[in-house]
Amino acid sequence: MSAGIHPLAGVIAALARGISGVQARWIGCRPEAKQRIYFANHTSHLDFVVLWSALPAEVRARTRPVAAKDYWEKGVRAYLAQRVFRAVLVHRGGVAQPGGNAAGFGEARMVIDQLAEAMGETESLIFFPEGTRGTGEMIAPFRSGLYHLAHRKPEVELVPVYIENLGRILPKGEVLPVPLICLLTFGPPMHIAETEEKRSFLDRACAAVNALRRKGQS
Amino acid sequence: MSAGSLNYPAVQAALTGWVLHVKDLQLASLFCGVLGVLILASVIGSLLKKTARSDAARATIDNLNARTRAWWKMCAIFALTLLIGQIGTLILFALLSLLALREYITLIPTRRGDHRTLIWTFFVITPLQYYLIGIQWYGFFAIMIPAVVFLFIPTRIAMTGDTEHFLERAAKIQFGIMICLYCLSYAPALLMLRIPGFEGHDARLLFYLVLVAQMADVLKYTWGKLFGRHKIVPHVSPNKTWEGFLGGVLTATALGSALWWITPFTPLQAAGMSLVIALLGAAGGLVMSAIKRDAQVKDFGAMIEGHGGILDRIDSLCFAAPIFFHLVRYFFVP
Repeated sequence: MSAGIHPLAGVIAALARGISGVQARWIGCRPEAKQRIYFANHTSHLDFVVLWSALPAEVRARTRPVAAKDYWEKGVRAYLAQRVFRAVLVHRGGVAQPGGNAAGFGEARMVIDQLAEAMGETESLIFFPEGTRGTGEMIAPFRSGLYHLAHRKPEVELVPVYIENLGRILPKGEVLPVPLICLLTFGPPMHIAETEEKRSFLDRACAAVNALRRKGQS
Repeated sequence: MSAGSLNYPAVQAALTGWVLHVKDLQLASLFCGVLGVLILASVIGSLLKKTARSDAARATIDNLNARTRAWWKMCAIFALTLLIGQIGTLILFALLSLLALREYITLIPTRRGDHRTLIWTFFVITPLQYYLIGIQWYGFFAIMIPAVVFLFIPTRIAMTGDTEHFLERAAKIQFGIMICLYCLSYAPALLMLRIPGFEGHDARLLFYLVLVAQMADVLKYTWGKLFGRHKIVPHVSPNKTWEGFLGGVLTATALGSALWWITPFTPLQAAGMSLVIALLGAAGGLVMSAIKRDAQVKDFGAMIEGHGGILDRIDSLCFAAPIFFHLVRYFFVP
């Protein structure tokens, strides 16, 4: 499945850790190389880079971020996304449709197929169920992508991650990052129940991410 | 090496400066002293590790040994930068300022509208402050942050049109710049001072300040762990005791006085100076603890094993440096 680890990957991960000063707190699970879907709040284009860089090297080698095709498909970004991060580039419209009109539904289905295929039997994913970057203060309601993916891969551990401060490091619309410290909190893995309704599962997943905020932080 | 290249005055000056630095035998012997203390601390740490019985004791000893390991690295870095000379020292302290600022800003609630202000703070104001030391422009160095930056920060924030908690945001950013940048930059600024009869030895003053301030911290910690009973301000920091404070300040003063021979001070003056450094160090620790308590965190960061963040380690230095600088400048520079 994997195309091999790019020689630059370690260097770029170290660089990302240096700039973001990232600190990872594993409070709900250990960093293990088992197949997982890490799902997190989304506040910055750097989100997946930092989350990816904070994973131990052997876990990172089997973890592929899911990223927006329109942002990551050109020039240097495309090279980094495909060769270094081994990102799975998806159409934003696809997973994003909340209600799902007929056309969007077919597209969403293709995206889920694409993700399931990219995971195979061994690869983990980094996934942002909000679909779009928020302000960093509120988590937007999750779109249905995580639900469909969880259904397709019911045995895979779903690990909630709360990303703190990245929205301040590089807010939407800014070019230069302020080098603040980013904090990642990894929560306890969850699974989808066989008969669980879409909305109740998505709310539960969203609450699991929200529960990882530190006290005293707004 | 061709003789021709040595004709350039700048190269010659740099080389002589470097040779002078290495030949500063007193400074070299002090580093040997520090090396001895580190070896002693490591030996004591490994002996204590064998005697620890309870889990609590073991945790304390493990933290102590982590701190000692970190001291080895910090001393090595400091020695290396002093050896490189002024440029190395300025780069080291500029980096310390940036790392401390980042820890501080991470803790305080800034808003979207502060982003550009923070970019200015990190990438323009910080390098500029250390550049001013490099070109020895004392007049501007001393007023840039309290006057110019003080007016610039609220202006830049106001320009974004985001007025929510306006005064609070401007004040908190200014406070961080004052502590992490302005106050800390006074330490390498000691290299600017021209004390008659002490030319070429400015590095020793910086070494003296850092050594006394950091040893005061270590001694307060040691006295507190051994004899600490009565807490000073339990609500701010449960680890600060009167026994630790008094024992630490007195022994640090004794140490500072005993080192008078590397300074331009008499033994009595050295005692006064090191007393001031130790007291201000305690004040710095207390103030920074209060900020951490308010933000509900234990440490500013996790960069230094066993110590917490950079700011946890240099809080005492931030408070001691400006006062020490101005005392020396007022009394010893004509």
